[in-house]
Amino acid sequence: MRRWRFVARRLVVLVASLLVASLVIFAALYLAPGTPLAALSGGQPLPPASVQVLEQRYHLNQSFPAQYWYWLENALHGNLGVSITLRENVSTLIASRIWTTAGLVLYASLIIVVLGIGLGVVSGLRPGPFDGGVLVVTAVCAAIPAFVAAIALIIVFAVKLGWFPALGNGTGFLDNVRHFTLPAVSLATASLAIVARVTRASVRQEADREHVQTAVSRGIPARQVIRRHILRNAAVPITTITGITTASLIAVAAVVEVAFSLNGLGAYLVQAAETKDIAVVQGISLLLVTAFVVVNLLTDLICAVLDPRLALTDSPR
Amino acid sequence: MTTVRAAGETAASRRGVALLRATGPAGIASATVISAATFAAAFGPLLAPYDPDLPNLSLAWAGPVGGHLLGYDFEGRDVLSRLLAGAQSSMLGPLAVVILSVTAGTLLAVTAAWRRGVSDAVISSGLNVLFAFPGILLAILAAAVFGAGLPAAAIALSVAYLPYVARVLRGAALRERNQPYVAALEVQGASATAICLRHVIPNIGPLIVAQATILFGYAMVDLAAVSFLGLGVQPPTANWGVMIAENQDGLLLGHPLPAVAAGLCIVAVVIAVNVLGERLFDQARAARG
Repeated sequence: MRRWRFVARRLVVLVASLLVASLVIFAALYLAPGTPLAALSGGQPLPPASVQVLEQRYHLNQSFPAQYWYWLENALHGNLGVSITLRENVSTLIASRIWTTAGLVLYASLIIVVLGIGLGVVSGLRPGPFDGGVLVVTAVCAAIPAFVAAIALIIVFAVKLGWFPALGNGTGFLDNVRHFTLPAVSLATASLAIVARVTRASVRQEADREHVQTAVSRGIPARQVIRRHILRNAAVPITTITGITTASLIAVAAVVEVAFSLNGLGAYLVQAAETKDIAVVQGISLLLVTAFVVVNLLTDLICAVLDPRLALTDSPR
Repeated sequence: MTTVRAAGETAASRRGVALLRATGPAGIASATVISAATFAAAFGPLLAPYDPDLPNLSLAWAGPVGGHLLGYDFEGRDVLSRLLAGAQSSMLGPLAVVILSVTAGTLLAVTAAWRRGVSDAVISSGLNVLFAFPGILLAILAAAVFGAGLPAAAIALSVAYLPYVARVLRGAALRERNQPYVAALEVQGASATAICLRHVIPNIGPLIVAQATILFGYAMVDLAAVSFLGLGVQPPTANWGVMIAENQDGLLLGHPLPAVAAGLCIVAVVIAVNVLGERLFDQARAARG
């Protein structure tokens, strides 16, 4: 019962923050210098017919709350307006690019989960030279921004060794994977290091606890001790940090897409921001914020499944 | 009088030596990197051996030759001079972000912890909504609305970091609020502002400083990323993020040095700041017991 109340409360918070976030994104029209109409037209003069279309679409002659409501209703129906530069539906433009970004983020998350958690667990369980090496390397990697990782990877693996292409999406699944490998690794680098460090610290902390030493001294097999007593307890901080860093990739993907000339949502968002194509900026921002918030919610829920005490002690904040 | 001052100096220098010993080689290396970057940020344009903004297309991508230690960039400008001149925008931008978000975050956190009840609920839920915006996304949104440039990006990032700063500090301020000395001061008739300014904030000071240090690293990475995307510092102004973007073609043309040099500057400062920040966090934690 209390578990469901926990889920319900989280969902309410999710919807509330998405509503406010969408209000902020919509209000961008009014925050921009000049009239909303000027913001929508990207500051260029428009023929009277197009002005009328825009006025009707955005209900500009009505009150601000009414305008927001119409906009939100349209957005929920997948109607995000029309790009002023490409003269096409924003949803169509997003649909053709979403898989690039989704694929990139998923690929990077996979690398983070396998390598980051793997390295963290191994170095947490075995103090020694390997552990020391992991600590130094992850301290350096955590400070490498995605675009710096990108240039380093391009120099070594694309130019010097020629193993992977430096630019572009590629065609077909295998070619896509080849094209996405360097971008995904550069997107994953810093987060991987952070996940490895947090994992190592929580595994080490659990391994040093008395019940673990008791279990070892009672002769319980190491494998079982690690699985039942160390990893089970370390799972919540590991899940939290993995979830937070994975969610942050959704925004950082823009940087990687630009560095590798990938045709994704982030690169398109940057291009739209440069040309002040406000409908595109709003549409993509709304989508990315939603994805970000949903990943964070899922992280919370997984943590509550891993450790039911979290749902019981959770108090409304 | 003189003896007292001399004694004070020895105590201070002894403390300095002890601090150096405690920080170890990594701490000393970090302090060196941070001092060098700060020095370059303050005097970079004066230190630059050549004009950082003077292009000479016939020298584009030329490698290191006598006097030009790092060679020339895509427009034939001296890379070392541009790195030194670029330190200014690369360091001052994050500094502004840290000052803005830590000041606002401290004020909000202390207010929420002090007044509790409705104020706390309003501040906390307002900050919860901000959690929905990743820093880079908010900076891109700001560039689209207000135009590209360092000020818009810096303000956007300050707002995006606010909830992270305020959440940690609110917890610390709340613990401080419940200390008996605060109640004692209230009984003595000290005003809330005076207690907060003279006692609560100084007592959570070490945590604020540690938080600010770690935040500087994040701000540096995110601001450089926004400049790399072309939405932050605008060329031809020298900036480490901009230098990576404008010299990226060099990677495929076999002239990686200009982009790599700028990338290394960013990485070196961020590592140094992270090492220092982690130490400060450990100290703040130890002091609290």
